[in-house]
This record gives sequence, structure tokens and C-alpha cells, in this order.
Amino acid sequence: MDLRIYYRLFVGGTFMTIARYTIGFILSLGLTLLAYAVVVYKLLDTWAVAALIALAIVQMIVQLIYFLHISDETGPRYKLQSFIYMASLLVFLVVGSLWIMGHLNYNMMNMSPEQKDGYMMGEKDRGF
Amino acid sequence: MGAKSMSAAADSAKLHRTSIGFWLYLMTDCMLFASLFATFAVLRTATADGPSGADIFQLPLMLVSTVILLVSSFACGIALIGLKNRNMVQIAWGLTATFVLGVAFLSIEIYEFAHLINEGYGPDRSAFLSAFFTLVGTHGLHILVGLIWLAVLGWVFYKRGINAKSGRQLTIFGMFWHFLDLVWIFVFTIVYLLGVLS
Repeated sequence: MDLRIYYRLFVGGTFMTIARYTIGFILSLGLTLLAYAVVVYKLLDTWAVAALIALAIVQMIVQLIYFLHISDETGPRYKLQSFIYMASLLVFLVVGSLWIMGHLNYNMMNMSPEQKDGYMMGEKDRGF
Repeated sequence: MGAKSMSAAADSAKLHRTSIGFWLYLMTDCMLFASLFATFAVLRTATADGPSGADIFQLPLMLVSTVILLVSSFACGIALIGLKNRNMVQIAWGLTATFVLGVAFLSIEIYEFAHLINEGYGPDRSAFLSAFFTLVGTHGLHILVGLIWLAVLGWVFYKRGINAKSGRQLTIFGMFWHFLDLVWIFVFTIVYLLGVLS
């Protein structure tokens, strides 16, 4: 059995049909509703934040493939290359900002290390 | 190779170049949103004893606007398939639906902003709200620009019909609109869902 036909239908290939857009739409809608349910019905406890970010990234990949056709590119994959470059800069920028500002808040406090830890635990309880 | 197929090959090469060039613009636009997301993430707890996200966000309404934008993105895809099939009626219906749903999305956002400002939770209330209004407002501004672009595009198709130039313009507009839906996934997740969760 030739599996390439499934690849062409669901992921790659050059043809663009309503069926393909519909698959992308249904997947995106399902992922959005799932993320909403996780928050509203409190489906997960400790892993909720990680799960929501993972669901957003999965939906991003779905839309890149089914709506923006990034997998249809042939030859030098300029779009994919520039996207990966942009995504890695984005991770550095966002994670780096959070990391630096977290440490800055900690070190700017005019307290002894013990008081700091107590204060930070208190902030953590408030949902910091 | 005849003159007609020569020009078809040139059009195809030009479409390819235009689409890569516009994609690179979208990547730089992502960096703009990345800096706003980083600012929001750092300031999300800086509420200055004002409201937090959990106090003010109307999550069911935001779910409705998320679905509206997703359907709008799908309708834009219908118009792009219409372009591929040289079907003017399909393009017209697809673009009209995209426009109407885009206006609905923007109206919900304007209502939300007006409601928050009326309650006294404007961008001057806290650093959290400043970051919130800047991030969500920048996305809304992109939607507004997209709607104006779409109106112009509708006029171009009405006047000139389907040709190589209008086809290129519709293709890059489609990329822009799908891209805005993609950014909104992260606004919905990071601002609204994670905001209500904590």
C-alpha cells in the first residue's frame, strides 16, 4: 500500500481543496474548544499551563500546514527556514525576558535572603 | 515554448517571489508580537492592586470571537480556492464572508475595550493593563488594516476581475489573514486562558 497518497491528502502535495481546508478548520476548532475546556472545567491541575501552551503550538502547526501551506514548499524551503529562525529568536526573547526580570525582582528586594525566600513563597501562593 | 506559456511561467515565478517576500515581512511582524508577548508575560502580575485577568476577562465572549476569526480565516481559504479555480463567484462570497466576520471580531474587541475603560480598567490603571491593551490592540490594529486592504481588494476584483496581478494581491492578503488568526491563537491562550487560570 502506498502511504504517499495519504501524505499528499492530509499534509503535503500541491493541490489545495476545500477538503484540506475543512480538515484544518475542524482540527483548529477542536483544539480551541479543548483548551477552553481545560480552563473552564479545570480538567488539569499542575500540568494545565504546559498543556495549554502545547495545545497552542499544535494548533499553530496545524494552521501552518493546512492554511499557510508551509509543507507545500519545494526546492529551497525559504519559508520554513525563516520561520524556524524567527521561532528560535522568539523563544530567546520571551523566555530570556521572563528569566531576567524574575531574577531582577528577586535581587532588587532590600531584604535578607531568608526574608526574600519567605516573601517569594508568599508571592507564589498569590499566583506569581 | 509559445509567448503565452512564457508569460505564464514569468507570472508563476513572480508569484513565488512575491509570496516569499511577503512571508519575510510576516516573520518580522512576528518579532513585533514577540516583544509585546514578552512585555505582557513579564508584567502580567503587575496589577498595582487593580484587577487581574481572572477578574475582568469575559472568557465565553472571547471564545466566540476566537471562533469567528477562525471561520473568517476558513472563508478566506474558500476565496483562495476560488482564485485557483478562476471562480469569481466563489472569490466574491469568500471575501464577503471574510470581511463580515472580520468586522464582527473587531466589534467584539472594541466592545471589550470600551467596557473595560468604562469600568475604570483602562490602560492607565496598571502595568498589566497597559501591556494587555498594547498587545491586544496591536493585533486589533492589524485586523483593521486587513479589513481596509480587503475592501480595496474587493474593489480591484470588481473592476479588473481575475488576472495575474489581482491574483498575487489576493494570495498575499490570504497569507496576512491566516497569519493574524495564527497570532490570535497565542493571544487567546496566553492572555485570556492563562490569565483566567491563575
